[in-house]
Amino acid sequence: MSKTMISYSSITKKIIMALAGLFLVSFLLVHLSINILVLFDDTFELFNQAGHFMVTNPVIQTIQWVLFFGFILHIILGVIIQIQNWLARPKRYDKKYPSEMSFFSKYMIHTGAIVFIFLIIHFANFFIKLKFGNVESITYESGTYDNMGQMVYNLFKDGAYVVFYIVALLLLGFHLDHGIQSAFQSLGLNHTVYTPVIKLIGRLLAIFITLGFIAIPLVIYFFK
Amino acid sequence: MDLTLKIWRQASANEKGQFINYPVTDISPDASFLEMLDILNEELVHKDEDPVAFDHDCREGICGACSLFINGRPHGPDKGITTCQMHMRHFKDGETIVIEPWRAKPFPVIKDLMVDRSAFDEIIQAGGFISVKTGGIPDANAIPIPKRVADIAMDAAACIGCGACVAACKNASAMLFVAAKVSQFARLPQGKVEARERVQNMVAKMDELGFGNCTNTYACEAECPKEISVSHIARMNSEFLISKLASQKK
Ligand code: FES
Repeated sequence: MSKTMISYSSITKKIIMALAGLFLVSFLLVHLSINILVLFDDTFELFNQAGHFMVTNPVIQTIQWVLFFGFILHIILGVIIQIQNWLARPKRYDKKYPSEMSFFSKYMIHTGAIVFIFLIIHFANFFIKLKFGNVESITYESGTYDNMGQMVYNLFKDGAYVVFYIVALLLLGFHLDHGIQSAFQSLGLNHTVYTPVIKLIGRLLAIFITLGFIAIPLVIYFFK
Repeated sequence: MDLTLKIWRQASANEKGQFINYPVTDISPDASFLEMLDILNEELVHKDEDPVAFDHDCREGICGACSLFINGRPHGPDKGITTCQMHMRHFKDGETIVIEPWRAKPFPVIKDLMVDRSAFDEIIQAGGFISVKTGGIPDANAIPIPKRVADIAMDAAACIGCGACVAACKNASAMLFVAAKVSQFARLPQGKVEARERVQNMVAKMDELGFGNCTNTYACEAECPKEISVSHIARMNSEFLISKLASQKK
């Protein structure tokens, strides 16, 4: 797959990058809205119910593969683009002024790489355990579910993990700050009136997603 | 003004280059940057040394020949002008000024600060033109073009092809240059006829020559001496997308 991707035109790459990126943002919003449920009740009933829905609903299970594909596409293309870009300037400048107008655009590969590492750990912590491991189940009036809420709670009581989680999400926020508005430019949408609005919404969305995710471990660690 | 110039010297494309420091004294703040280099070169010639090679031609900001990466920025610190239009008053007395050539794989150094920019010519040859049979000059108002559209096309046409966008871009991408040409033609009725092939051919050429991929850092717009907007890049992206999706086999 990556072999043919190298031969993609630079604009084809950026358009796919943008579409995959925006899709991943929509996933983040869904993910966040489910995560928030863990704070709602001490028995985690709502959260466990939602989790149960996500792992059993056939539509979600199908979309999960699209999501997986989106991640792979975004990551492989990102790496290809970066390597080609390094090769395009074999000799670096002695002195370089930061001319970039989108500040975090300079660090997409770095923020992306750390988010990727986070993703692998995250995957091991939750997804693999849920699919193949043995998670305690809990019974409510509404039914019996895997007690994922308890798993989350235990992880977020570990200070080191909380710090790592927060750092990774801050970097994700920086990634999104450039990424969201950049996707629109890549798709050819640049408008004297709408573009400043898109940039503002992109930044607010990046802040919202980051703070939303970060709030959960903080609340659990300090108040629960 | 007394200054130290830290200049990249490289005898030829195949030789290794290095920075050499040259002190220059008594430079007028009203001298242009290239005049300052002329003064240095005159001194070097008097001392029987090799003068510093750099590109220049019109010296009034219209030809795109001058280049120079000055203190980390193409065309130096002042906004919206070329190196030849910049004056020494933008520097401080006693300052060390770092002068480097454009750095990009498709722009190999010819000598010192001079780079070979024929890659841009190749991109233009791939589609940056309109094929028409020559003949009499058409009447000015024979093809109606709305003023707004003509203005946008004119803004794109302001590109002088100096290569500052490539030099400034952390990815050494030529997107702003190519986009300026693509967008300029695509907006005008004369250029629309070949718009689809044009964008595909020019982008393919740009990629083939080894320019980097655009990642929307917008450094190009910030450093362009003609202040060409990145909205032209967006325009090219959509032109490209449409040309790919709607391309018809003959
Ligand atoms: S010498 Fe012509 S633009 Fe500078």
